[in-house]
Amino acid sequence: MLLTSLVLVPFVGSLLAALMPQSARNHESWLAIAVAAYGLIVAGLLFPEVEGGAVMREEFAWLPAQGLYFVLRVDGLAWVFTMLVLVIGLLVVLYARYYMSPEDPVPRFFSFLLAFMGSMLGVVLSGNLVQLVVFWELTSLTSFLLIGYWHHRADARRGARMAFTVTATGGLCLMAGVLVLGHIVGSYDLDVVLAAGEQIREHELYLAALVLIALGALTKSAQFPFHFWLPHAMAAPTPVSSYLHSATMVKAGVFLLVRLWPALAGTPEWTWIIGGAGVCTLLLGAFIAIFQHDLKGLLAYSTISHLGLITVLIGIGTPLAMVAAIFHILNHATFKASLFMAAGIIDHESGTRDLRVLRGLRHKLPITATLAIVASAAMAGVPLLNGFLSKEMFFAETLHVGGERNWWMSYAAVAMGMFSVAYSLRFISIFFGAPAQDLPRDPHEPPRWMRFPVELLVLACLIVGIAPGISIEPILNVAVHAVLGSASPDYDLAVWHGLNLPLLMSVLALAGGVLLYVVLRRHFDLRERDNVPLIHRFNGAQAYETVMLNLTRAASWLLQRLGTARLQPQLLLMMIALLVLPLLLAGAPPAWTQIPLQDFDPLFAALWAIGGGCAIAGAWMAKYHRLAALALVGGTGIITAASFLWLSAPDLALTQLMVETVTTVLILLGLRWLPPRIEPGDLKPVPPRTVWLRRTRDLAVAVAGGLALAALTYAVLVHPASDTIADFFLLNALEGGGGSNVVNVLLVDFRSFDTLGEITVLAIVALTVYALLRRFRPAPESAGVPPQQRNTADPAHGQSPAEQANSGYLMVAGIYLRLLLPFMGVIAVYFFMRGHNLPGGGFVAGLIFAVAILVQYMLAGTAWVESHLHLRPHRWLGLGLLLACATGLGAWLFGHPFLTTHTAHVSWPLVGELHLPSAFVFDLGVFAVVVGTTMLMLVALAHQSLRAHRQPGEDAAGGMN
Amino acid sequence: MELVIAIAVGVMFGSGIWLILRPRTFQLIIGLLLMSYAVNVFIFAMGRLWVDKPPITPVPHIDPTQFADPLPQGLVLTAIVIGFATTALYLVIMIGARGLTDSDHVDGEEPRE
Repeated sequence: MLLTSLVLVPFVGSLLAALMPQSARNHESWLAIAVAAYGLIVAGLLFPEVEGGAVMREEFAWLPAQGLYFVLRVDGLAWVFTMLVLVIGLLVVLYARYYMSPEDPVPRFFSFLLAFMGSMLGVVLSGNLVQLVVFWELTSLTSFLLIGYWHHRADARRGARMAFTVTATGGLCLMAGVLVLGHIVGSYDLDVVLAAGEQIREHELYLAALVLIALGALTKSAQFPFHFWLPHAMAAPTPVSSYLHSATMVKAGVFLLVRLWPALAGTPEWTWIIGGAGVCTLLLGAFIAIFQHDLKGLLAYSTISHLGLITVLIGIGTPLAMVAAIFHILNHATFKASLFMAAGIIDHESGTRDLRVLRGLRHKLPITATLAIVASAAMAGVPLLNGFLSKEMFFAETLHVGGERNWWMSYAAVAMGMFSVAYSLRFISIFFGAPAQDLPRDPHEPPRWMRFPVELLVLACLIVGIAPGISIEPILNVAVHAVLGSASPDYDLAVWHGLNLPLLMSVLALAGGVLLYVVLRRHFDLRERDNVPLIHRFNGAQAYETVMLNLTRAASWLLQRLGTARLQPQLLLMMIALLVLPLLLAGAPPAWTQIPLQDFDPLFAALWAIGGGCAIAGAWMAKYHRLAALALVGGTGIITAASFLWLSAPDLALTQLMVETVTTVLILLGLRWLPPRIEPGDLKPVPPRTVWLRRTRDLAVAVAGGLALAALTYAVLVHPASDTIADFFLLNALEGGGGSNVVNVLLVDFRSFDTLGEITVLAIVALTVYALLRRFRPAPESAGVPPQQRNTADPAHGQSPAEQANSGYLMVAGIYLRLLLPFMGVIAVYFFMRGHNLPGGGFVAGLIFAVAILVQYMLAGTAWVESHLHLRPHRWLGLGLLLACATGLGAWLFGHPFLTTHTAHVSWPLVGELHLPSAFVFDLGVFAVVVGTTMLMLVALAHQSLRAHRQPGEDAAGGMN
Repeated sequence: MELVIAIAVGVMFGSGIWLILRPRTFQLIIGLLLMSYAVNVFIFAMGRLWVDKPPITPVPHIDPTQFADPLPQGLVLTAIVIGFATTALYLVIMIGARGLTDSDHVDGEEPRE
């Protein structure tokens, strides 16, 4: 559980941090410090075992059927990276406490930061490649959120988008690569993959896997040609730049390459792809860094260049190069994180990061200046500092590349060394010279604890640089052994290796770098240059924007050509597809074994002659005679209900009949708001040819569709039924479900989860209808009193519906229907109660009850009913859902799965023995939801007539009340 | 019986298709109603046609071949109720769109001739 908690705790912390109040800056940082400290303690506990070379694993079943396990695994390399993430994380959190201003929404910041910490730990501790990709994408996501933290700034949004697009695209490539790798090896488990190096390298898909994984790693680590996102990511708050974009997240790419070194490395392809990208990046990054005017921009390009250096080492791929790579990852994290923090302090204190403005800061910020100078000396590779050691190892490795005669790699290395000296000088130049007078703020030393992380990191640079053998070597050994295993080379970290070629290269780089800087400054106007010489045309960010722009354009062009916002063509296409696709997809029809047909009943045929006639007539009338069309379609519905009854489906017949009633009332209520459409009569103009053609086409599609479905129905009906699960339901309904009406048992017991979903949909639709109607505004022409009610000769004119029903011409009907209400209620209860054994049930009963109330509305009007009956449809809805869910959850109390039915036998006085399945309560929930839904929708619609008589604007807030 | 049901389904579905290809919102709602009848009957018919054999089992240990298939019935029952809900939703959108756009054309604007 230790390992799991290591990954889990930061996420929990993230959640807690998100819940804290806006102003809790101190609490937030204490929380984050506690999370990091916890991690460090756990990592410390793990060290003894890791040092012994053990690999610890914790496994959980994830998708065991797919061979996927959630595996956390720590070995030396993972441990070293865990420490890196946690130590730098702890320092960054401390630093951020002072860096973030009280106006910033800190909960969001710390929440994202901790989520990142968890994701990054997930990446380094993953023992399963698919899981690694998931965490990998999570780091991209958190990085996106953190870059865009100040989302009111356009550059932050742009930088965040760019970084996310590039790294997430890389992540998708990585996912594909991992899948290929899994295909080759047959497992996604890291240990299995690492042990299968030979098999992978000999496989024909090796190159595909390598390229895809390299794309993932290179985008993440900002390698050429994907490096452009990193400088734009500098829009993030400086603690983020320091943590994510120099020390940890950008190292994920190189981490992955180191991690998979045993599986993938050792081929010319590896060296060319990884090494090639690395060399380009290292030179390009170092060169561009010299010409930056933004402090963070300079550091960003320097980061790119150092990542390039690490990538080159990995590309070289010899055991010693791997040692140097891991060593440089640690060194770079140390000095670059401290430099970013120093840059943040300078920005924070002086209000600017512009290298052209800043100078003479050593007078105002003596301690910070000293720290930054030492750190940048480490960056430049000055002896006695950690950067020197790993850079010298790098020089030594470049000498071996391409044999004894080929010196190109060494030239490139020295050039990069010179550039890095030059930009380091550029960086520290801000501390020298006369103090600047035109700074936005007067700088002071920062608070004690804001500087502390920088001090600690710089101290680490010094210790590692002076005494590497006792300080860093044991830790490095652990990581190296985890990667290289038995291939681990003997190496000796020491400051002085005697006079040799790498030392000469270092001296050359230092001297050349100083010279380059002086020349550039004196003769090439370094301060005033607006662009990078020679290569300013190669602008990755510009290329990215162009690609994005063209993609958007292409998409809208395609949309314009292939899409339409018009409904009719869409539906036509859909219908044609419905006709054609099944024909294309269906194979040869099965053998034509006909079953004996049911007896033909002329009455049934007559029934459908009416039903079909109604359907066609309804289709004909729908344009000009809406009421007639509605009535005709209702006729078809009634015939459908009758057929259900005829064909042994009494439950369906009942439901169809009630739904038919409610639907008709509903549409009747809606008809009033549609524009009048008068048939032209004798003056009917001859439709133009295009209209005629269109109608013929639609008719053809309609006839073809009808024929096709008829043919399909007939073909199915004359085939004997295959074995279905129906038998199970029939056999078990009574014994297992405690009810003899199988359809009802099916709904409330066997498939009750389905029904739960359905009533949820009903409730959602009802609330949506209600919400939509709150904002409903009728068209002006249908807003007034309808012409039928304006006839003053009518005695009912001017009477409210309640008056009409109580004392007017509807009095008889009124009394009669009011008397009917309790009877209809009893009928609803009756159908509900018998539902489990005979046709009926919650759906039907709910609809009957709704109709009972609806009749009162229709008769006496909304106002009267609502002053006499207090119906709260919302409560019915809520109560129903609650009942249904509670019934389902109740099963958990008895240790059964959700929605398991339990039948209790209760003997009541008078009633006798009553068996009461819990499905009964569930059905009650269904009943309540159906009543609530129907009432809510119909009443909301009916209320529109009340509102319409008011003047528009009078009731702006709207709503039924 | 089988032929009658097949023709009935075809007629309702065809009328429905014709209507949903029309330009007015009311025609569309009627078309959807007709199509849902057709599809409901179609799904129901997948359990074959049975006369006087409702799936109500008064005693245990029955012969399942003597009862209608309850599964399509259960599915169609939920389909009918959901169909009612979606019809209501469509209706409200229909009258809302008419109020907002002052047109009952399915595209919210009168076609440009």
